[in-house]
Amino acid sequence: MLSPSEILEIRANFPILCQEVYQKPWIYLDNAATTQKPSAVINAIDEYYLTINANVHRGVHYISNLATEAMEQSREHLRQFINASNVQEIIFTKGTTESINLISVIISDFINEGDEIILSELEHHSNIVPWQMLCQRKKARLRIIPIDRNACLNLECLDTLLNERTRLVAVNHVSNALGVINPVRKIIKKAHEQGAWVLIDGAQAISHSQIDVRELGVDFYAFSAHKMYGPTGVGALYGKRKLLERFPPWQGGGEMIKEVSFEKTLYAELPFKLEAGTPNIAGIIAWEQAFSFLEHIGMERIKIYETYLLDEANRSLQEIPNLLLYANRALRSAVTSFNLSCAHPFDVGSILDRMGIAVRTGHHCAQPLMRVLNAPGTVRASFAVYNTLEEVEKLCDAVGKASKMLIS
Amino acid sequence: MRKEGMQEATQEIIKEFALFEDWEGRYEYLIEFGKKLPKIPDELRTEDKLIRGCQSQVWLYAYKKEGKIFFQADSDAIIPRGIVALMLRIYSGRFPDQIIHSDPVFLSEIGFNSFLSSARANGIEAMFRKIKQYALALKFFHESIKK
Repeated sequence: MLSPSEILEIRANFPILCQEVYQKPWIYLDNAATTQKPSAVINAIDEYYLTINANVHRGVHYISNLATEAMEQSREHLRQFINASNVQEIIFTKGTTESINLISVIISDFINEGDEIILSELEHHSNIVPWQMLCQRKKARLRIIPIDRNACLNLECLDTLLNERTRLVAVNHVSNALGVINPVRKIIKKAHEQGAWVLIDGAQAISHSQIDVRELGVDFYAFSAHKMYGPTGVGALYGKRKLLERFPPWQGGGEMIKEVSFEKTLYAELPFKLEAGTPNIAGIIAWEQAFSFLEHIGMERIKIYETYLLDEANRSLQEIPNLLLYANRALRSAVTSFNLSCAHPFDVGSILDRMGIAVRTGHHCAQPLMRVLNAPGTVRASFAVYNTLEEVEKLCDAVGKASKMLIS
Repeated sequence: MRKEGMQEATQEIIKEFALFEDWEGRYEYLIEFGKKLPKIPDELRTEDKLIRGCQSQVWLYAYKKEGKIFFQADSDAIIPRGIVALMLRIYSGRFPDQIIHSDPVFLSEIGFNSFLSSARANGIEAMFRKIKQYALALKFFHESIKK
């Protein structure tokens, strides 16, 4: 496992972590919302604007070619990172939300009245609303996989939901609100047996374990750069080439065309067909540094270390009286979600903030899940590879203190 | 009839909070206010009285009596309850014009300015806006109509 000194070395790449809030060391445990960025990523953004800022894929000039090469090198690196077969399967987007919206638009022609799309109770709004919109447009129907008492997806229910009208199953790999790791392999297998496509929202999985899209056999996999140590405003959609080739473009504009006349437009090949307009070039290029950062440490080592932090957090939190830990028996990834009985998560979060600890409180953009849990929201602490055991201990002490302040 | 004016009420609150040396004391004092604020009846917890925040909910209700505006408020979280209780100490029982021409100054002075900027959280701004809206709406409202 990563040693404390190795973690300190990793932390040295994150200058932002060395600051104080309210005269206390800042403890950042809101990594599921966004991770901090290593210096290499920050420097790459500077470097791009200082040396090779030019538009991509169209310039005859020297610097434009450098920018294009750097951007396509990032695409190739990302292909390797998730083990896709071909760079044509990597579509750059603004982030997970846009990746999901993209699919919800381009599959429209394949969805007919009465068709069904299966989601789960664990989903983030961004993996609910686009499908609701599609269903409204096409008079299709949403079906929902319920969770069991451990907050795990009930796969027996999935069996009964899948039928010949199922076109797509869209679930997250890891729940953003609870950290539950979903059995995506089984879900993909079951969906494929029924001839349905599968989209996995990988936003909360991509920085915590090795993702191999070919091994998963998934049709579409969506994720964001900013939750994996990369810049905000960039993300990607992986899609099987033979599928993406069948779908029409979703946005028209520059970059996505082969030839335009007022009578007719010929579209560009993948991936450009689905990337209209000038992309976030600086972000895409800088994102590559995040792949290198993760590869340098090793995804397996990250997973083991973060699991250790999570287990330590859960063990200590459970000792606090009146604390309710969600999904405690489920397999989880780098997220712990809890409430103090008789205290609102907002109150707990406000007191933790005053102690310099940044957590997320609220419904985590998963209001349907909060209704199922019968909670107004939860307090969520989420870990990254730069968090230390000491920070986890301080979190647990602070929650204990908040409990005393609020419940006494 | 309240003796002190809005300025005095504000100064009074600032003085009380200044007695605490650390943030824990100030928060505990605020939490006490939250606990003491009487709950409003369920029938007043309606959509039109709700100040919707991303994080917690605050209900604010106002009525006019002898030309003055009186507020009742509640929240599902204790810290917002404490804050709204302080606001009620300042604003409840005032003439509409007094409220309309005031600013929410006291929070930064008692060390709670972090709440002022939490835009998506239960913004003080939103509470203050609702208080002003009530004052504007009730300014020309005849008490006799209400009954």
